[in-house]
Amino acid sequence: MIEVRRLHKRFGPVTAVQDVSFMARDGCITGLLGPNGAGKSTTLRMLYTVLKPDSGDAFIDGISVCEQSLEARRRMGVLPHGAGVYPHLTARENIEYFGDLHGLGRAECAQRAAQMIELLDMTDFADRHTKGFSQGQRLKTALARALVHGPQNILLDEPTNGLDVMAVRNLRTLLQKLKATGRCILLSSHVMQEVAALCDEVVVIAGGKVVTAGTPEELRARAGTPDLEEAFVRFLEPAASQS
Amino acid sequence: MRDLLTVFRKEVRENLRDHRSLISALLFATVVMPLLVALLVNLTVRRGQTQDSKPVALAVVHAERAPNLVADLRQFRIDVVNADLDDAAARAAIRRQQHRIILVIPDNYASQLSQGLPAPLLLYTDSSDSANPAEVARVRAVLGHHASEIARLRLMARGIDPMVLSAIAIQDVDVATPTSRSVLILGTLTVIILMTMLMGGLHIVTDATAGERERGSLEPLLTVPVRRELLIYGKILAACVFMVLTLTLSVCAMALTLRHVGLEQLGMNQNLGVVKVLELIGCCVPLAPLGASLMTIVAAYTRSYREAQTYLGLILAIPTVPLIFASALGLRPTAWLMMIPSLSQHFMVIGLLRMEPVSALYATLSVSVSLILGGAAAYVAGRLYHREALLG
Repeated sequence: MIEVRRLHKRFGPVTAVQDVSFMARDGCITGLLGPNGAGKSTTLRMLYTVLKPDSGDAFIDGISVCEQSLEARRRMGVLPHGAGVYPHLTARENIEYFGDLHGLGRAECAQRAAQMIELLDMTDFADRHTKGFSQGQRLKTALARALVHGPQNILLDEPTNGLDVMAVRNLRTLLQKLKATGRCILLSSHVMQEVAALCDEVVVIAGGKVVTAGTPEELRARAGTPDLEEAFVRFLEPAASQS
Repeated sequence: MRDLLTVFRKEVRENLRDHRSLISALLFATVVMPLLVALLVNLTVRRGQTQDSKPVALAVVHAERAPNLVADLRQFRIDVVNADLDDAAARAAIRRQQHRIILVIPDNYASQLSQGLPAPLLLYTDSSDSANPAEVARVRAVLGHHASEIARLRLMARGIDPMVLSAIAIQDVDVATPTSRSVLILGTLTVIILMTMLMGGLHIVTDATAGERERGSLEPLLTVPVRRELLIYGKILAACVFMVLTLTLSVCAMALTLRHVGLEQLGMNQNLGVVKVLELIGCCVPLAPLGASLMTIVAAYTRSYREAQTYLGLILAIPTVPLIFASALGLRPTAWLMMIPSLSQHFMVIGLLRMEPVSALYATLSVSVSLILGGAAAYVAGRLYHREALLG
């Protein structure tokens, strides 16, 4: 479970995130929806502890990311935006490297990596150097690497960017599977349809602030339109006119 | 510690698989290094030979006015070439390097000489010509010898013992052995050795910092539950290993080349055995952590792989700075100077090549100060990787 309380973050004169609070529950896929530059990535980066909030805090299974960042990181599997892999290592070695850094023993590490390769359907290319990998193969490798330690909380920043239809569909199926095992999944996206198809809860962010939050149905009802894209645009309009 | 070793193993493995960087390091050690050594040694040996045994060319204007003088010059292996030049033409000929030294015998030379008065000679040279001073000195020496010979004969003709002119007899005792002379040139090799060592770590540092960021693998790496400084220390350690590897290769290559090229001429027959090679490597190794950490620090401020490569290339030049000062000022090792990294390694290498006993104090200072500074730089590098701006 992820609980975000009043996060603030400034970069020089620019306020990137302002008073952002929301919850992402276990067994639930939560979507951070917003246009480019809305503060989604910054929010996620504060959650997975590569950025420090100026004020506010977030709790991963009740553990503060500010106070106990190492402990919080243990409970997270993270796929940052545009995550790269090591070109001179094979996919398997890429995955095992992270398993190792997460403190898995050698045997466990190999076993978990094999499981992830199986789960993500990577057997064909698992033992090739990642140098010539396609976007989809790279993403699978990065995802397997993020999940190798079996984290309870999974954070994905724009995971479907640059993927073809089949790859996106596979990713959705995987996330549904993970959700069914009771994991807490938080992903960001700027694509309305994707969020609608996948998420149980949506948090709409614009201009660094939470504009609205709820289930896709609630959002439609609140905006007074059956079309989610239309609803999205209506929520963004006040934020856009402000900035 | 376990995490540090995990990072270390991965960086080593990945760099070993990057054939381009490996091949360039190997190529440098096995081809470029021997060639450089051979070239340097050959140049010193040849210059030495030039000075004692090669005839010096001398253009003489109006040689017919001083046949005895010309005969004397020829006797002392000075190649006299007859030339017909006036003052302006002589100056021009020197400037154009058509002749390097010109001796003009004026028309009153013979008459002055026969009257027992100082006989004039004009010697045209270019003092800015670096190859020249030794040759000019030889010509002057022969001329001086000729003059004193004439003076001796004059005194004897007047019944005076020529010894009255020799109030003092100076005897030069040059204690430079062939070994210590060759150290001058081998000293420049320390620069090459140190630079090669740093170069060995260049690729891995660039790749592990700026490269990792550019590929987008840095951010995922920072999400693992490992303290950031440990990740950095692992990378620095891996860079050190590659630096030591290149160092070993290049010192071995240097030793082997020296055995084959002109070692006898430099008087260093039994010098570069296995023990000496190990000592040479051993005194350079303590510089590796400092080099790797400094590179990591610089890489933390760069925005891209290319930029990192450019700036890290500049770091390679840093160790040469103290060496340039040292040779310009003619510095000798002191306890204070042994606290300057790269300079202390330079002194140690020269001492070893000179077959001098190694001062325990100096060795301890060289090793410990370099290692302490290396540790401090590694700590700073670790702190820098806590900065948020790192992600770009």
